[in-house]
Amino acid sequence: MSWTRKILRVNLTEGTCKDEPLNMEWADKYLGQRGLATKYLVEEIDPKCDPLGPDNKIIYATGPLTGTTASTGGRYSVVTKGALTGAIACSNSGGFFGAEMKFAGYDMIIVEGVSKKPVYLTMIDGNCELHDASDLWGKSVWEVDPAIKAKHQDPMMRVAAIGISGEQGVLYACVVNDLHRAAGRSGVGAVMGSKNLKAIGIRGTGGVNVDDPKKFMAVTAEKKAILAENAVTGQALPAYGTQVLMNVINESGALPTRNFRDVQFEGAHAISAEAMAEPSGIDGKPNLLTNAACFGCTIGCGRISKINEEHYTVANKPEYWHASGGLEYEAAWALGAATGVSDMDALTYANFICNEQGIDPISFGATVGAAMELYEDGVITSKDTGGLEMKFGSPEALTTAVELTGKAEGFGKELGMGSARLTAKYGKPELSMTVKGQEFPAYDPRGVQGMGLTYATSNRGACHLRSYTVASEIMGIPEKTDPHVTEGKAGLVKAFQDATGAVDSSGLCVFTTFAWTLDDFAPQIDAACEGNWTTDKLAEVGERIWNMERQFNLSAGFTAADDNLPQRLLKDAAKTGPAEGLTSGLDKMLPEYYEIRGWTKEGVPTNETVSRLAL
Amino acid sequence: MLKALVIDPGKCTGCKQCELACSLEQEGVFNVSKSRIRVFDFHEEARFIPYTCTQCDEAWCQQACPVNAITTTDDGVKVVHDNLCVGCKVCTIACPFGTVNYNASTGKVIKCNMCGGDPACAKICPTDAIVYADVEQAGHSRMEDWAKKTDSGAQATA
Amino acid sequence: MHHVILGAGPAGVVAAETLRKLDSKCKITLVGGEGEPPYSRMAIPYLLSGDIDEGGTYLRHDKTHYDDLDIKYVQANAKSVDSKAKTVALDGAKDLNYDTLLIATGSSPLQPPVKGIDLPGVSTCWTLEDSRNILKTAKKGDSVVLMGAGFIGSIILEALVKMGVKLTVVEMGDRMVPRMMDDTAGNMMKRWCQEQGVTVLTGAKIEEISGDKSGLQVAVSNGDKLDAKLVVVAAGVAPNIDFLKKSGVKTGAGVIVDEHLATSAPDVYAAGDVAEARDLSTGEWDVMAIQPVAVEHGYLAAQNMAGVPTPHQGSLNMNVLDTLGLISSSFGSWQGVKGGESAKLVDEDGFRYLRLEFSGDQLVGGQAVGMTENIGVMRGLIQTGYHLGDWKDKLMKSPQRLTEAYVAASQGVTHV
Repeated sequence: MSWTRKILRVNLTEGTCKDEPLNMEWADKYLGQRGLATKYLVEEIDPKCDPLGPDNKIIYATGPLTGTTASTGGRYSVVTKGALTGAIACSNSGGFFGAEMKFAGYDMIIVEGVSKKPVYLTMIDGNCELHDASDLWGKSVWEVDPAIKAKHQDPMMRVAAIGISGEQGVLYACVVNDLHRAAGRSGVGAVMGSKNLKAIGIRGTGGVNVDDPKKFMAVTAEKKAILAENAVTGQALPAYGTQVLMNVINESGALPTRNFRDVQFEGAHAISAEAMAEPSGIDGKPNLLTNAACFGCTIGCGRISKINEEHYTVANKPEYWHASGGLEYEAAWALGAATGVSDMDALTYANFICNEQGIDPISFGATVGAAMELYEDGVITSKDTGGLEMKFGSPEALTTAVELTGKAEGFGKELGMGSARLTAKYGKPELSMTVKGQEFPAYDPRGVQGMGLTYATSNRGACHLRSYTVASEIMGIPEKTDPHVTEGKAGLVKAFQDATGAVDSSGLCVFTTFAWTLDDFAPQIDAACEGNWTTDKLAEVGERIWNMERQFNLSAGFTAADDNLPQRLLKDAAKTGPAEGLTSGLDKMLPEYYEIRGWTKEGVPTNETVSRLAL
Repeated sequence: MLKALVIDPGKCTGCKQCELACSLEQEGVFNVSKSRIRVFDFHEEARFIPYTCTQCDEAWCQQACPVNAITTTDDGVKVVHDNLCVGCKVCTIACPFGTVNYNASTGKVIKCNMCGGDPACAKICPTDAIVYADVEQAGHSRMEDWAKKTDSGAQATA
Repeated sequence: MHHVILGAGPAGVVAAETLRKLDSKCKITLVGGEGEPPYSRMAIPYLLSGDIDEGGTYLRHDKTHYDDLDIKYVQANAKSVDSKAKTVALDGAKDLNYDTLLIATGSSPLQPPVKGIDLPGVSTCWTLEDSRNILKTAKKGDSVVLMGAGFIGSIILEALVKMGVKLTVVEMGDRMVPRMMDDTAGNMMKRWCQEQGVTVLTGAKIEEISGDKSGLQVAVSNGDKLDAKLVVVAAGVAPNIDFLKKSGVKTGAGVIVDEHLATSAPDVYAAGDVAEARDLSTGEWDVMAIQPVAVEHGYLAAQNMAGVPTPHQGSLNMNVLDTLGLISSSFGSWQGVKGGESAKLVDEDGFRYLRLEFSGDQLVGGQAVGMTENIGVMRGLIQTGYHLGDWKDKLMKSPQRLTEAYVAASQGVTHV
């Protein structure tokens, strides 16, 4: 139990929706969500297919604990071949959509083919249908969500949708559910758009059963207590959100600034969690109104914010005078430090538009940062930008750029390609801070050495969520390691990668790992699910998933050469802060990493590894 | 001393743990659509409001029941007796809070029964937005004031 | 002090209990006309369908309930009242003197002037005795004709279908429950019933019933001739006021009362189906023959009888009905008010309907079909008269957000 054991297969070419039993043999090997959906994907698509072509598929998958009372049990993932990267893409989201899928009776949705006309899917308990979406095409997520609820006359529906950006092929378009939670990275929204699928609306009134309810309630209560007592999950995240990191990372000299030219941002405090809670300029009200939880989450790190009504971005737009999802750390960094902008309201506005139109704020902000560098270096001029002065630190440049990119208009079309394609177009590929085409998040690999290896080897392109060694190197979780050394980081990265693979497949949130280890996940999964779920089994599942993703990427044409970092990080030393004088020591970590992984020097899993993991 | 669910919406994060716990306790399954407590999410106003039966003194549901299937426990809790409830639904229209609901699968009405004195919602709430406490505590009186507004005169002097 | 209560339905029983609560020493006599302990007519359909036994219809389940409260229960019918002498003449028991009198004699089914309405095999469905007759006469597979698809007819309908009879319903109005629901709802319900195998004839009248014990023939105005083992008459009810002629108690359609539920005669009160009391929505005095109003009246009349003057602000008209699993409800001025606005959600395929009626930004009435979740908030919003402000505009667009509107209104959720 805990899996519904049912998946929905939607063929957009044929216009059909069919139920299928979940492959329980695979569930036992890949658990759910990230792992299980990736297994389905790699079995069903050609790794060399065009991510935006008809042969790619897109899967929306829950984990076995999604929809249960286990803390943070509201996650789902969108798995596909990434539009931005051409690598495996797996974007994880919270909110309430995933749990609703379970309540409707499904573990996952596999979408294949391309619809001739725009459509949206509804799943109302077991009743799944495609509907004409021609009147929703060209609309934002914030318009589509209430429109679908109104059409089906049910305010309790949960909607995941793409904005205009996803329709128009912005390569880092995301899938937004519940208005401001997103499966954010790698352009999964662009894939959805390429299929002419505008949205999915779900309403479920069924239940989720667990194997042993009594045991499950007892063990989940015990694990919730651990979260509550932990300084990060019990205090810092509820009070400050992920934004608690802004000042911490800046002081560590690992806050990439102005397209990674610098590692510390003079405006960090102005865009930090502390600043969000302070009464602000014009109307004297703080930006932050309350914290919010996703389904089943006892941490509650989400920020609910409001833009100052008199701020230039919204002064004439009362439609934005309401609360919505506020700045999280990665978004605040990308929209702020990466562009040099320190105007909190401008950042919040840009974040609102990212949610409204479904674009990944990390890739967007980082791409703006790259464009600003091109502009300041004179590589592009206001002729190229349609008159926009792309200067570092300009809030106007940021907020105009986000409006244009959200709708894929004007210079926004170019920004929507991502920084790798943008800088390549203007002959400066070295200015793109990406791995496998995906922009870096908010930790500088010169100041946090483990993150360099994390980015370089991440299967979905540069990403912090594949192995968050910041936990160890900065926060001391589970134990403190020195962020400036490379020794031991290969093993650390592998351990984090494998554990995260299992966590991302469970239906629970990776933020619990500030307090939990796999020892805490195993008994919760074991009480809920059939089978014997031990810590060792979870670690093996995680490692199996990592290698499966790697094999997909190798088949897609990636090689060891793609496990690399931009020259800036390898050659230009950090100018200030505790890491001053350091570059990334990737070359010292990578060979060791391959060896620990059981891969060849070319980064290919050996036969022994493949058979050990039963791949 | 009468105890009640004291709800402080300001502390609620909208996680729905209460709904999950309630449905498991009452229905044996994680199914928020069958929960007796519901969290309303006023997204644009940044408010989350857990909402359930207030166990009002002169309960409309109880008075309207034609077969006396709703009784008051020693703790002041209004409880539906399934063996007596005929499923006529009069209580569902009589309760001005809308917190008595018809369960088509059993043919009976359902409402919060305080889990027999150990409410699952309060026990599981991670932020103390819902606590099971002395009724005199602040927060409950507000719902009572509102309850009085619904009066047709019959309860005004009670 | 001797309080006499005529009628042992919900109004009478609640009044007796309330009097006892207010005064532990007074003498209370409760007079019931039927041969069983006080019971609820609301429960009769569930008896017919076999969900409960007769005991399940009783208003109070404790056998010694009335004795425990020192309420004297007398089985008799009132013959007449002399409000000057303060006496009640009973048929089947000794006459009573009273200090205060409550008339809670309820109502009785109407017998429409149709030839053959008095034949054996033609029955009303109002009392436990009627139920016993129906259960005795009609068996699984028999053809049964139901006259009237009003509120009561529609409630019985479900019970008859559950008994397994072949049912035809004949309703004079152009839809089902014409006095409770509008035509969209009434026709949706008709379609629902027909899809479940019940024949529903609307805009049709039974002209004649003929035949004998072995079988009846029913002539319908549309030309149909229906065979029937049983004809159930549910053609409306009227207050039981005949015994009040010459009593000094003024009557109209029912017993006329003032805002304290006092009649024109000193120390005589009326409550429940028999009383013409204030309707909260219209402000008019009217007979409202529904269970929650009976309870409200009984409670309030008792307060006034015990010397605690309590005015009646008016009762809200409301009904809920389960027709073969399709649940409908209506509240207040469901048909709308002059100058008001209306919001509708119509889902014919899904058998869902919601109609809200506003006056300004206040909810004044509503109806729902196939939607039961938190439906009581309609009462809450109508009765409190809460000004909905911008939530009214939201409800005009999405009436199904009613509960959200109620919670927002009651908890003061405002723009941040």
